[in-house]
Amino acid sequence: MKPDKQKQYWKWPEYRRTVPDANLAGSSVLTAGVDVGSVSSKAVIMADAKPFAYSLMRTSAGSEESAEKALVWALEGTGMKLEDIKYTVATGYGRVNVSFANRTVTEIGCHARGANWIWGPLVRTIIDMGGQDCKAICCDQDGIVTSFVMNDKCAAGTGRGIEVFADLLQIPIEEIGALSLSVESEPDSLNSSCVVFQKSEAIGRLQRGWTKENVLAALCSATARRVTELVKRVGVEEALVVTGGIAKNVGVVTRVERQLGIKSLPAGPNYDPQLAGAIGAALFANDRISKGRTS
Amino acid sequence: MIVAGVDVGARATKVVLLGGGQILSRAFQFTGFDQKASALQALEQASRTAGVSISSVEGVVATGAGRNAFPLASKPITEVSADARGTFHLFPNARTIVDVGAEEARAIKCGQTGAVLDFAMNEKCAAGVGAFVEAMARALDLSVEEMGSLSLQSQKTIPLNSQCVVFAESEVVTLVHGKAEKQDIARAVQDAVASRISCLVRTIGLEEQVVFIGGLARNAGLTDSLGRTLGVEVQVPENPEYVGALGAALMALEETWRNSK
Repeated sequence: MKPDKQKQYWKWPEYRRTVPDANLAGSSVLTAGVDVGSVSSKAVIMADAKPFAYSLMRTSAGSEESAEKALVWALEGTGMKLEDIKYTVATGYGRVNVSFANRTVTEIGCHARGANWIWGPLVRTIIDMGGQDCKAICCDQDGIVTSFVMNDKCAAGTGRGIEVFADLLQIPIEEIGALSLSVESEPDSLNSSCVVFQKSEAIGRLQRGWTKENVLAALCSATARRVTELVKRVGVEEALVVTGGIAKNVGVVTRVERQLGIKSLPAGPNYDPQLAGAIGAALFANDRISKGRTS
Repeated sequence: MIVAGVDVGARATKVVLLGGGQILSRAFQFTGFDQKASALQALEQASRTAGVSISSVEGVVATGAGRNAFPLASKPITEVSADARGTFHLFPNARTIVDVGAEEARAIKCGQTGAVLDFAMNEKCAAGVGAFVEAMARALDLSVEEMGSLSLQSQKTIPLNSQCVVFAESEVVTLVHGKAEKQDIARAVQDAVASRISCLVRTIGLEEQVVFIGGLARNAGLTDSLGRTLGVEVQVPENPEYVGALGAALMALEETWRNSK
């Protein structure tokens, strides 16, 4: 196969969805959570505290513009409009710039709340692996944050680090996880902890005849190592769940589980783990409505 | 007596040939995958330039990341020792040495006799080393040299918030799109590197005189930023990337002389 120079391998697919069995009545109260991350923007619309439509797209230049685009896209084809949303909570890296939001909540709070809702009250540790940062969050049975640690200084262990390799190896980013698990035996992890040095190390290994799959396995294992080092600092308590974009990379998640010696709860077919923050934000929006506060 | 110092760096291999205590020649070679071959080529090149045969070289000391890959050398010495030795030879008043190469940065504290008292280094992260500067120059569509001299034309301080090369690259692109002046962005890049380096210096404690060596010391913009960040005057030798090789050559001279007695 000829490598395609024009193709941008890091570009993961964007999508929107209307929840199939959503019950939308004329009297339904719509609330929204919008999670404007550094790389992706996620919008979740809830009707009477139940997800009804959502979207996931790449963050464009402005945070506010990205938030609005994501919300409009989530509503597309549902017959509802932005004006029908009673309360919006913004979260994520760009949340403070979303002026139309009624309130902002940190992504740490939203991921804990969202994870509690998706996986239930047994969740105690959430690893959120996003585009430009990685967090380990501890929460109680109500989804309230008890402690957290984060790395937002270094691209190793984040989605951006994986994107660099998708482009280097010319492999679509969403295929990296499965390919990395197709190796016969687990190769040595990349030794460097910096993406720039990891890249040189990977090029060196390719020149020595390593297959792309082996290089990807070494990368996923190095990425997992960065994350587990972080998680160990807050102390891992079961049940463990993984959220954020890398939650969809089975190669990294499997290796995090191996390194920690703990299995994470599966996400199930209905909810994309990348949406956890936006779901949490929409739940916070719903709290406000049910408490009768609309501003 | 002819001796050589070979500094096999991550990016470049440098050789200094000494004869009669004077520098006879220098050679520079990009380090290939075969570090041994690169070191040999550089040594041959230095001998040719000096007009001597390679067999007349009586002692070789190697240093740098690839120092163990060069079997001709009698013994490998660390970059820290080589840097201190070379710098002390050129600047006997040096107390703080800052060496920034392609993939590593180090700050070394020396005593009055040139002995190493303490050092700090960064070999884990590309922020604050040559790889960072190269990536930012690429994002600005400039050569490293162009970016260095352009940064000197700026008087404006724009903060570069990211430490990580990968994140800083996006930040630079955003600044370019935001119509910031290229010269101001170039200065922001140099300031960011200088700030990382000064963290290393603060770990060991700043003491004058400060001497800046390594490939990045060629960059006048960075030297300026480093001086401003540290608040002291920063000295740069004429051939800053050869100081480690010079230190190794001086060690080779000493060793060969001792063995010949």
